[in-house]
Amino acid sequence: MSDLNGTSARTVSVWQDQVRLRILSKGKGPGVFFFHGPWGLHWDPFLDALARDFTVHAPEHPGTTPGAPDDITHLDNLWDLVLCYDELLDSLGIESAAMVGHSFGAMVACELAAANPRRAGRLALIDPIGLWLDDTPVTNWMMLSAGEMPGRIFHDPASAGAKLLFPSPADDDARISAQVGLTWAMGSTGKFIWPIPDKGLKKRLHRVKAPTLLIWGAEDRIAPPVYAEEFARRIPGARIESVKGAGHAPQLEQPAVVADRVREFLRP
Amino acid sequence: MKISAFHLMPHRELPADFEKRYESVWVTPPWWELADPARVGQYYNWTLDELLFAARAGFDGVCTNEHHQNAYGFMPSPNIMGAVLAKATNDLPVAVVQMGATLPTQNPPVRVAEEYAMLDCISGGRLVAGLPLGSPMDVNLCYGITPMEHRERYREAFALVMKAWTAREIFAWNGKYTQLANVNLWPRPIQQPHPPVWVPGSGSISTFDFAVDNEVCYCFLSYSGAKSAKGMMDGYWNVVTKKGRDANPYRAGFLQLVTVAETDAKAEELYAKHVEYFYHKCLHVPAVWFSPPGNQDYRSLEASARTPMRFAVNAKELRYRDFVEKGYVISGSPATVRQRLQEEVVKGLRVGNLMVLLQIGSMPHELTLQNMDLFAREVLPSLRPVWENEGWVNHWWPEKLRARFEPTPSPRNRVA
Repeated sequence: MSDLNGTSARTVSVWQDQVRLRILSKGKGPGVFFFHGPWGLHWDPFLDALARDFTVHAPEHPGTTPGAPDDITHLDNLWDLVLCYDELLDSLGIESAAMVGHSFGAMVACELAAANPRRAGRLALIDPIGLWLDDTPVTNWMMLSAGEMPGRIFHDPASAGAKLLFPSPADDDARISAQVGLTWAMGSTGKFIWPIPDKGLKKRLHRVKAPTLLIWGAEDRIAPPVYAEEFARRIPGARIESVKGAGHAPQLEQPAVVADRVREFLRP
Repeated sequence: MKISAFHLMPHRELPADFEKRYESVWVTPPWWELADPARVGQYYNWTLDELLFAARAGFDGVCTNEHHQNAYGFMPSPNIMGAVLAKATNDLPVAVVQMGATLPTQNPPVRVAEEYAMLDCISGGRLVAGLPLGSPMDVNLCYGITPMEHRERYREAFALVMKAWTAREIFAWNGKYTQLANVNLWPRPIQQPHPPVWVPGSGSISTFDFAVDNEVCYCFLSYSGAKSAKGMMDGYWNVVTKKGRDANPYRAGFLQLVTVAETDAKAEELYAKHVEYFYHKCLHVPAVWFSPPGNQDYRSLEASARTPMRFAVNAKELRYRDFVEKGYVISGSPATVRQRLQEEVVKGLRVGNLMVLLQIGSMPHELTLQNMDLFAREVLPSLRPVWENEGWVNHWWPEKLRARFEPTPSPRNRVA
């Protein structure tokens, strides 16, 4: 795969060997876990920047690891998913780590930190989902056409970050593979949030003890910035950093800005 | 050969600019702007009258189906319609074909087993039990079922319904999606061990396997005619052969849009606008809604991405003559319709259980009866004997109705 970008990859089996998770790692320094969003894991400039100060470990969401699409069928619900990651951390010998997550992945990081507060050292959440406001519904990106998606996710759908998520390779085979991968990533993550991405996190967020940074794209049209306030209200001591010129994936649109804020926050 | 009249119960009077003004005919069309309950009551009654007319005209079965939140076909409960039809056809050799109650959204799914058993009892054993997966719009978008769980829920519900119909002992069902400590169905169906089962599909390869493994009749509900269905139905028959089953044509069902008039030209004059209304308005749905991520399993997703079979054609750019030419609708004189149905659909796809949609889109009540009447008199009799000489048994039809019967004379002049 072209997006491995100098990372080292290993695959760990958990859940009685029914779920295989590939983990991409890069960098040196204290360990940081990165949980990707609903569009799959792409090793991007933000992760590279983070890897300058930290050893970044980025697991692939169950089902999105190449060659193991059906592993997702062994996880029935959010509780299974949380325990699956708990087993992953155990099998890597990690008691506690800083966690960074984007969108769906930030929700997963919150769930882990709420389920077992000792697991999460620090928590950097980039446009997390997981809460719901009737007046400002979270956009169901799974129902957007391929043509609508970049414009909805990004402030600037022509940005380099947007191209990273939605490449348009000339060769048919690569294009179809990318399309299948993207659809399956949305299906595998969507399994845990359909049809409304509120699965009770609001009842659990008070358990989060880790110092928390909320990074939010000022132009997020998937989960608008009003959700930043909601998360901040529920996580004791959480701080909000708004990122201008960014939509729902600020780490892709403004990688340098977001990496600086996250590195500064995570630095011991 | 069994030929059934299928009905969608559509909104027949959508505004001319409907598809320009609104996002979709399904899920989001605003009721308050588009419909009136008293008028909709008239649609339901027309629908029932049309199906009863078909029953009296000599069709072998009458079909209803389930859809939600839409103007394309809105019988949210097909069993309410089926109950009326069952009662009103008790003097006729007609099957009540429920195509049917959507399994994954029934909670608990034994509800379908119960209601179908009721229909079988009321009709004296004339039920065909369609057990559909349901469209993504209905199941995922309107009823909130997670796309990735849609098929798994369906399969569990299917197994539960089968066991509920057939088990002699009370049993506990400890499923992933349904847990019931005492399943003891009241009533049980008249047909033993259970009513014939049809599974409608739209060409997903995983459904082929499921249909063959469970010995059901696989029904392709297509709006794009036999030509574009050929590859898909061949795929089904390949699975049938590969799994060592016989080539009994009654293993397959197919839905075809049909309009008949005295001549080809007259058919165009009478039906063109209704056919175009159907394809331009009633199927006005964003393509992505047909396939939310996770709804197809990975194998089917890859297969369909590499060989896209559906939505390759934008129906909005087509007109009546295109639809006829492509076979989306078989339209014309009785001779034209007889020939095309027999060659393209019945023989071409090897179909024993044919369903025909004769009320199409905006087609008014009187014209629908005219279409049904002409079909029953001029087309149906020639199709019925098609598989007769090959000696196949239609295991997927109520046993008491399997024998060939002569249709009663047209009731056309009785319905005024």
